[in-house]
Amino acid sequence: MKNRKHSLTKRVKEIAIRNLFGFFAFLSVLLLGLILVFLFREGIPLFKQISVADFLFGTAWYPTYEPPEYGIWPLIVGSLAVTFFACLIAVPLGILSAVYIAEIAPAGIKEILKSIIELLAGLPSVVLGFFGMVIVGPWLQETFDLPTGLNIVNAAVMLAIMAIPTISSISEDALYAVPREFKEASYALGATRYETIIRVIIPAALSGISTAVILGMARAIGETMVVLMVAGGAAAIPESIFDAVRPMTASIAAEMGEAPFRSGHYHALFATGIVLFMITLAFNLIADYISNRFRETGSGTL
Amino acid sequence: MVTVEKDFIIRTKGVDFFYGAFRALSDITMNFEKNRVTALIGPSGCGKSTLLRLLNRMNDLIDGTRVEGEILFEDRNIYAPDVDPVEIRQRIGMVFQKPNPFPKSIYNNITYAPKLAGIRDSGEIEALVEESLKQVVLWDEVKDILTKSAMTLSGGQQQRLCIARALAMKPDVILMDEPTSALDPISTAKIEELIDTLKKHYTIIIVTHNMQQAARISEYTGFFYLGKLIEFNATEKIFTNPDVKHTEDYITGRFG
Repeated sequence: MKNRKHSLTKRVKEIAIRNLFGFFAFLSVLLLGLILVFLFREGIPLFKQISVADFLFGTAWYPTYEPPEYGIWPLIVGSLAVTFFACLIAVPLGILSAVYIAEIAPAGIKEILKSIIELLAGLPSVVLGFFGMVIVGPWLQETFDLPTGLNIVNAAVMLAIMAIPTISSISEDALYAVPREFKEASYALGATRYETIIRVIIPAALSGISTAVILGMARAIGETMVVLMVAGGAAAIPESIFDAVRPMTASIAAEMGEAPFRSGHYHALFATGIVLFMITLAFNLIADYISNRFRETGSGTL
Repeated sequence: MVTVEKDFIIRTKGVDFFYGAFRALSDITMNFEKNRVTALIGPSGCGKSTLLRLLNRMNDLIDGTRVEGEILFEDRNIYAPDVDPVEIRQRIGMVFQKPNPFPKSIYNNITYAPKLAGIRDSGEIEALVEESLKQVVLWDEVKDILTKSAMTLSGGQQQRLCIARALAMKPDVILMDEPTSALDPISTAKIEELIDTLKKHYTIIIVTHNMQQAARISEYTGFFYLGKLIEFNATEKIFTNPDVKHTEDYITGRFG
């Protein structure tokens, strides 16, 4: 009898612990849900004043004019432009450094490089923004004889510095996950180290590397402080890579403080947040899809 | 008794091998006869796989190892400083314990080595794919699915593909490191049959845990224990009337 009672309390404990863990696991889901509800509740009312198409593709962003214009196309283009050029820099650098760290570097250098890249990830974005404003901006302005050094190129370089650690460390994990058997097979077939890296290791890690790239892009497009400080802030569609832009994140951060509560401007900024959320969500879904597809057709099964 | 001059393709002379300070092999002297199957047997950790991997310089890939003595491949020391290990590995192919096809199509698995070797002519490559797959009796099973991933094949098929992949390189010697230990009995029988036909054109050196397998397929057998070559003799002699008591004890299952 005693034994049974004992097992009963044990069972209760088990159930309690399971529910507790379940609660904490779902807490983050719940929080995300609440944030989403809030985001949509504050953003949707804008579309009583303006159609979704006019909002997304309107080319004039004059939220404080009378009558106001809420076309965020210049902001979307600004975000995409800085992200695109940031990736142009960060993707090759991130992947090559990952290959070097995972496959080529001797043990000592590997450790040093890894910690430096981790440090890069820990750099506060506002510090990076300072660097862009004070060093890179004036340099760009002088070297290329520009009206302003705060432009797409500057923002792209700063964002690239932020995306490199993400791309590098996730790519590195993907490269490490390539089974040793593949490398041995390649060497045994008379391949050199570089032939093995290029023809076997990178292709086998390609899905993981693609995931890294997309997460790096998501990181870049969502970044606020750096673009707020160095992108120049002009809400116009850029014509050259030396034009100033105003990415969506910068616009929200800069204007939210001055937008009257529940005014059209306020709702428009929330709606911009929804667009931004949709874009990062899409990036994450794509990354997830790619890494899942990898798992199915995956490696080394007997 | 007439002594016939035998044709030895690989000879090791007093080979010692170290993993750091640990001596994994000591004073191995062996001659491997051309177009014969030589089996290396012995309990786990006896050094037989280590020796096999020394023969095509695969142990170069492990940090902190050191080789002493000479390994002659066609009378040339493969550990001489002017020898390119890549060239050695092209002449001495290897098949591993666990089937390890690349996550590429069946076709691209076979063409991997020939393309590295610089063969570009598509007709030549296609012929090579067919020839290699026919040699391992896999052609009929895969000829319609050459573009499919090698990962979709069964374990036994994958291992035959790995052998075909090594054959496509046109090696002289094929090293096999327990090639059937991860396979079912039917696949094992197929690989053993294959080894028997391959020895007409290739020299095969096989490490095996399975003594019956060594007895079935090899002409010569070397018995290793604790990094030493205890006995190296004709397989028939090793399994019926070994010179060394220690060998007999192992073969009859008294230890190991």
